[in-house]
Amino acid sequence: MTRNLRITNNKFIDQTSRISFKFDGKTLYGFKGDTLASALLANNIHLVGRSFKYHRPRGIMTCGSEEPNAILQVGNDPSMTEPNTRATEIELYEGLVASSQNCWPSVNFDMGAVNNFFSPIIPAAFYYKTFMWPTNFWKLYEYFIRKSAGLGKSPTEPDKDIYDHRYLHCDVLVVGGGISGIMAAKIAAKNNLNTVLIDDKNVLGGTTLFQQNECFKINNSYSNEWIKKEIETLNSLKNLTIKTRTSLAAYHNYNYLLARENLTDHLDLNEKKDKIRQRLWKIRAKKVIIATGAMERPLIFNNNDRPGIILSYSIKKYIDYYGVKCGQKISLFTNNDSAYETAISLSNSGVSVNSVVDIRDKTNSLIVNQVEKLGIKIHWKSTVVNTNGYKKINSIEIMKLSDDGTAVVGKKIKEECDCLGISGGWTPRVHLFTQAGGKLKFRDEDNVFLPDTTELDQISIGSCNGDFELDNVIKNSVNLTNKFLKINNNNYENLEIISSKEIEKKNIWLLPSNKHLGKTKSFLDFQNDSTANDVKLALREGFKSIEHVKRYTTTGMATDQGKLSNMHALGIIAETAGVKMGELGTTTFRPPYTPLTFGAIVGRNVGEFFDIIRKTPMHEWHIENKAEFENVGQWKRAWYYPIDNENMYEAVQRESKAARDSAGILDASTLGKIDIQGSDASEFLNRVYTNAWSKLEIGKCRYGLMLNEDGMVYDDGVTTRLSENHYLMTTTTGGAANVLSKLEDYLQTEWPELDVYLTSVTDHYGTISICGPNSKKILSKIIPDLILSDKDFPHMSFKNALIDNINCRVMRISFTGEHSYEINIQSSYAKSVWEKCFEAGKEFNITPYGTETMHLLRAEKGFIIAGQDTDGTMTPVDLHMDWIISKKKYDFIGKRSLYRSDTIREDRKQLVGLLTEDPNEILEEGAQVVAETNKQPVEMLGHVTSSYFSPNLNKSIALAVVKNGKKLKGQKMFVPMKNKIINVTVTDTVFLDKENKRLNA
Amino acid sequence: MFLINCPYCGERDQSEFSAGGEAHIERPKQPTELSDDQWAEYLFMRKNIKGVQFERWNHAHGCRKWFNMVRDTSNDKIHAVYKMGEKPPIK
Ligand SMILES: [Zn+2]
Repeated sequence: MTRNLRITNNKFIDQTSRISFKFDGKTLYGFKGDTLASALLANNIHLVGRSFKYHRPRGIMTCGSEEPNAILQVGNDPSMTEPNTRATEIELYEGLVASSQNCWPSVNFDMGAVNNFFSPIIPAAFYYKTFMWPTNFWKLYEYFIRKSAGLGKSPTEPDKDIYDHRYLHCDVLVVGGGISGIMAAKIAAKNNLNTVLIDDKNVLGGTTLFQQNECFKINNSYSNEWIKKEIETLNSLKNLTIKTRTSLAAYHNYNYLLARENLTDHLDLNEKKDKIRQRLWKIRAKKVIIATGAMERPLIFNNNDRPGIILSYSIKKYIDYYGVKCGQKISLFTNNDSAYETAISLSNSGVSVNSVVDIRDKTNSLIVNQVEKLGIKIHWKSTVVNTNGYKKINSIEIMKLSDDGTAVVGKKIKEECDCLGISGGWTPRVHLFTQAGGKLKFRDEDNVFLPDTTELDQISIGSCNGDFELDNVIKNSVNLTNKFLKINNNNYENLEIISSKEIEKKNIWLLPSNKHLGKTKSFLDFQNDSTANDVKLALREGFKSIEHVKRYTTTGMATDQGKLSNMHALGIIAETAGVKMGELGTTTFRPPYTPLTFGAIVGRNVGEFFDIIRKTPMHEWHIENKAEFENVGQWKRAWYYPIDNENMYEAVQRESKAARDSAGILDASTLGKIDIQGSDASEFLNRVYTNAWSKLEIGKCRYGLMLNEDGMVYDDGVTTRLSENHYLMTTTTGGAANVLSKLEDYLQTEWPELDVYLTSVTDHYGTISICGPNSKKILSKIIPDLILSDKDFPHMSFKNALIDNINCRVMRISFTGEHSYEINIQSSYAKSVWEKCFEAGKEFNITPYGTETMHLLRAEKGFIIAGQDTDGTMTPVDLHMDWIISKKKYDFIGKRSLYRSDTIREDRKQLVGLLTEDPNEILEEGAQVVAETNKQPVEMLGHVTSSYFSPNLNKSIALAVVKNGKKLKGQKMFVPMKNKIINVTVTDTVFLDKENKRLNA
Repeated sequence: MFLINCPYCGERDQSEFSAGGEAHIERPKQPTELSDDQWAEYLFMRKNIKGVQFERWNHAHGCRKWFNMVRDTSNDKIHAVYKMGEKPPIK
């Protein structure tokens, strides 16, 4: 086990700084600069997980964000553990704890692996086909499937980490810090453009950073030496901001981009504490240069998923960058020249390369010749037909390809190896380009989708634009950048470049085997465990669209969005269906490019910052007096004030009785208040309310009903005329903001000629409502100068007054049917005045009541609550409020709709009262009202909108909307509940004091 | 996310704005003289074009002014913004 897989000659990993970490309970060591994947490989650990469906052993396969297998659970703290993290992207830190996910009980012995032996009966869509029927059984199956195939564990406690959001504006954003991105950023910054360069790795340089090869030289230096100097020069550029460990997640329209910066994920456990973990950058860039490079493709052949089978260029990075040997006897399998770079790197580091299996005919490019010179055997025009080894590859079987590439011929050669590097060519990372709505074109020569047209100010340069050879990458990146930025002076003129040219190209999407296709396991999507055979089966079953095949086989639907599998799936579909790949189109790549944490998405908007909490000026008093609170929109409103051990029902009964027997006090500050001024204020009110306002005297109040243009009740409230051209409108608590917006809309767009100004003053005034037969006495104690006789201060009127020298407005208005007053006073004084009222009311047993009692009291009087008794389908006529519709007014919002054929129907749902046969039976709000009990299905005629036990009437009361309700008065109806049917009688909506005697009591 | 050029404030992020449906539908001056069909035409009928569309927008978290916008719904390109009451600068 302790074979030394580390080479000592390495520039990037600090081999003096040893780091300990745990994987599946075992303590292991790596070095600063390692990723979790490189450290595991250095410890000769390839097997890191089990596949999703068949539970086949799977190993690390790549070195980047496209990793499909090394998907691990990191951390074991119940609030910090994170599932589905890619070992290839996790920088090693002291104290890191990681474990395999998709295996039970352990990665080395997995119960689910029996699926592998039964795999012939687990074809594409097996789960859909088997477990979805009969439908009810899914609940049963799901438990077992989840247990044996889960993808990681969610944290069970709140995330303790801090996340952050910030905005960033720049002239040019360069995404990707490889050779193309570095050159583009330098050109932009040198030309006075405010430039930002981001890269998801901890260092810039991309793959050029470790490219030390005779075949790739710039100005007589190895390309890695050249790029190192370029990176050094970036630091002196004033206009350039460089962000490493920053991954671009999403590219939206108008060059709006989201990038996640990892700030502490690479730090040791004790260094992470109290620091911001990740920051989400919200970027607006005038221009975007995408230089995201390309990713290597796998090859699709029988048993291509064993641990130890790694993308060839990743093997190169592990040896050249991390100094880690992925094996001691490595074989390579390729369809292109890049695997030869790996062969040279391995050879330079003293790792023996068994052979290169190449599906092409013999080719003579610079780099191939160099490999041949090293004496490495090349199997031309050959393919791997099988691999062996259960938990780790131990040999491959090689055969010659037929001339047309569809079959294998000749004798099978067996070659022992402990690692197989595979390369199926390169796929440009066009994900961001397409996220932003860019259209792709297909290049047949090497089977790549390339950026074509875009509506945005962006370009793609380098490998993501289809340039794979060093000289093309440099030349085209520079030219495209200059053109895009409209710059003439060139920082990169006359570079002398040596670059190996690929001469021969050949591609076979699904490599043939000596076995029948049905007997092979050629994996396409490693994470979701779908095979080439599954895709072919889907096509045989009649699926044609790539989007359908994808969903049916789940190919490309795992957390990697099919980064490795999509091209082959498309290729196989195109080949099987006999269409051109370019015509088939691709599936859509959606943001985020790599998964984002929820923490990064929500940023600081957690806990008390999740939503605004609005509190009235008397809030603290309510808390001191043990109020329970109700959320009304963003407001916290006192709901009820339990005394001793009262429950809500008991408290509300007591409060309701007290308010009618003597005096109650309510915090009504949340009601919307709109200050209306201007010479056309009266005319404006005429147009927005159903009733007439011109004749309202100064100092008087009036109830108003506001409709939508469709004639349905929208909001209501009392408006007071403060002076000739000055009104104070009140709205419902929940409707305040929308009413103001609606009124502004009409003023600005339909009636710009009106001289009217609207100002929201909801937060400026606290509102104290005192009601009950003793309310007059209490008010007279607070404001002794005010004459409170019915003659001087009648119901529906208003007075300016002074309380302790503070101006306030007192309205005599009532929402309970009791004699009552509302004091409006500047918010900062509201609490002290409230306390004063409470003090003054003590001798009358003044009782604070909350929203629940308010609702009960108004229901006794049959007053509606817009939004509770109405739902956007009730006209004033439906609510028996014909009296408030002006017949004289020529027009108001919604007037014309009141006599549309539908609104004049007599059998509309209308507001009624309901009394239960048993006066102690309280109906449930929302319960249905029916006329028959012995019919199924029965017509639902309406529903209960408000229901309470009235302590003042000593019986249960309810409001309901019922079809044709007005004509049903006195009729028996039924409210069917789960276990019983409740008998009710339809009544008038006013239950208490029909003559309104109490208003002047 | 759009970048919207408010005619009163200049370029602002889309999150500051709210959309208000089709533009240039004037509220009839004499609704009571309209037939049910004519009123329904005003009240309910809205175009839903794939292509260039005239829309109302409100700078809700800014100056709170309503204005009009010409937007191509197929690619979200904004061709013009103009104040209420002004004629569209584009046909
Ligand atoms: Zn504005």
